[in-house]
Amino acid sequence: MEKLKNFTSSSLFLPVVALAVLLVFNGIFVEGFFDIQVTEDGRLFGRVIDILTRSSSLVILSLGMTLVIATSGIDISVGAVVAISAAVVCTLIGGRGDGVAETPMLLAMLASVGIGILCGLWNGLLVAKFKIQAVVATLILMTAGRGVAQLLTEGQIITVYYKPFASIAGVIPGMPLPTNVFIALAMVAFVAIVMKKTSIGLFIQSVGINPTAAKYVGINVTMVLFLVYAFSGFCAGVTGLIESSLIRAADANNAGLNMEMDAILAVALGGTLLSGGKFYLGGSVIGAITIQTLTTTLYALGVSADQLPVVKAVAVIAICLIQSRKARDLFEKWKNRGNGAAAAGAKAVNKA
Amino acid sequence: MNKKLGEIIASKYFSFFVTVILFAVLYGAGIAMYKGFMKPQVFLNLFIDNAALIIVTVGITFTLLIGGIDLSVGAVLALTCMVLAWILANTGIPVFAAIFIVLLMGTLFGALQGYIIAKFDLQPFIITLAGMLFCRGMTAVISRETINITDPVFVAMADFRLPVGPGFVSMGVLIALASLIIAAVVLGFTRFGRNIYALGGSESSASLMGLPVFRTKVSVYTISGFCSSLGGIAYALMMLTGYNLHGMGMEMDAIASTVIGGTLLTGGVGFIPGALFGVLIQGVILTFISFQGTLSAWWTKIVVGALLCVFIIMQAFITEHKSKLTAQSSLEENS
Repeated sequence: MEKLKNFTSSSLFLPVVALAVLLVFNGIFVEGFFDIQVTEDGRLFGRVIDILTRSSSLVILSLGMTLVIATSGIDISVGAVVAISAAVVCTLIGGRGDGVAETPMLLAMLASVGIGILCGLWNGLLVAKFKIQAVVATLILMTAGRGVAQLLTEGQIITVYYKPFASIAGVIPGMPLPTNVFIALAMVAFVAIVMKKTSIGLFIQSVGINPTAAKYVGINVTMVLFLVYAFSGFCAGVTGLIESSLIRAADANNAGLNMEMDAILAVALGGTLLSGGKFYLGGSVIGAITIQTLTTTLYALGVSADQLPVVKAVAVIAICLIQSRKARDLFEKWKNRGNGAAAAGAKAVNKA
Repeated sequence: MNKKLGEIIASKYFSFFVTVILFAVLYGAGIAMYKGFMKPQVFLNLFIDNAALIIVTVGITFTLLIGGIDLSVGAVLALTCMVLAWILANTGIPVFAAIFIVLLMGTLFGALQGYIIAKFDLQPFIITLAGMLFCRGMTAVISRETINITDPVFVAMADFRLPVGPGFVSMGVLIALASLIIAAVVLGFTRFGRNIYALGGSESSASLMGLPVFRTKVSVYTISGFCSSLGGIAYALMMLTGYNLHGMGMEMDAIASTVIGGTLLTGGVGFIPGALFGVLIQGVILTFISFQGTLSAWWTKIVVGALLCVFIIMQAFITEHKSKLTAQSSLEENS
């Protein structure tokens, strides 16, 4: 009982329950939802695997977003940075029809991740140095970012015919799962180890709770902010690689579209308060998988991509209300009012 | 001399003057480079093409003045166009009743957002983001195809042209100018306007002064919702369609215009005519691109992003300069 109570009050409760509900729903209504097949060359295949693969981009983005939100900031430019990174890698490799890469793939990948970090540093500069509110600072890149991506691709959709490029989001022969799942796993492990072994996580939290106090304690607030935004840019850069490899093309208009919303939603669902402070990486990861499951489920129900936001909007509002202290207070008051009336009633009975 | 310059920079209207000068310089450059810029109709077209954006910007200025934000404006505009087109195509409701219905819808939606934000003390950014997702999604739920507006009365309104000097303006421009004037009067000369500035300056002070914080907050988002749907009608008058992708990214254009026009994003400082010039500057950039002929439209995004950045950094410096100035003057008073 005690354990159950601990679990219901823990931050993981909400995303785990949401995910469980979705999975049960799918298990009942979608035939063979949990079936996993193994193909001849050792590949795993099935709906659950599919969801896991698709959610890897969102998992990576929400890692960066969690840390940014923990400093009580926000990064709404990640979608645009994904588009820029995708544009860089595809332009560098080039759309030659004979499948020859114009730049070595590794170099192109490094360049596109580097561009992501550069974008993150730019956001960090505005937030940490110029002290501009995070929403507004990252709004600049969100507005201009897609324009920059268009500039790089010259308004075209660049299709890459170079074969190895597809393996970033595809299966390397002999591996059971697509590469992007491993990339996501590696990044989650990396962040988890860094947070466990160093005190950077604590620094991030204290900046989020009270930057002035953090400064007086001797934390380099500017540095922490720079790091966090650069990391978010890095995550967006990696996601850009995956997203472009998935369709083997750079589409400056649609790559990473609305992904910033999904990432914020995943972080909020994972129990991290949007006002900053304590953060839960595990929650964010499960949150991201939950969002992807929701998306896949709704697609399966025949909801089209442009109608999907209605459901997500309701989810955002619901999560915000659950997180809101004011709403909780009002709920307690309402509950106690019932108790109060009952107590008064009992008294009246006693008197009689 | 130095002190005078400092005072000018600290003045409330400094950013506004910078914007007006920038507009004049851009337009002057246009006249110098292309002959066509001289035509009065080119200037009037700035208003005709941006009528909807002007109206939306007026609404969003209110929310930015109290230090909030409204990201749902573009989506509410799209939903308004769509619902209007759907009503006119599928029911027998007369045009003016339909317009009333969509205006009411936008206003109520804004009020609901404001209520949630004020009542539960949630960040306006996240709630209006949800509002944006909701309205965009609803637009697609109503129809994923374009719905044309063929109602004769509405088409006649769209074709209406009021001659001004050698040129003309459309119905949308008249609505935009009217909303600009009303907003300027409300903000400048009414108690409600002063409440908004006070709330933007400091919410806790405003509440300690006994100002109606809750009511003002809800009203501000209601106004923004109303302006978005009014902008939607101006947009529908121009496009004569309802379509899911109408007004995509307009929230960013509107915020950029407001910021370029001198509104501080931290709230408390801002000025309606500035917002107008913010829109006009974006219009001039677009006109440049169309006159130039070979540049693509996404250059606008990059230039607007750069402008936004310059103005925001300028704001940061001005705020710092001001706080130094006040610290100085209080020191002088003490000694």
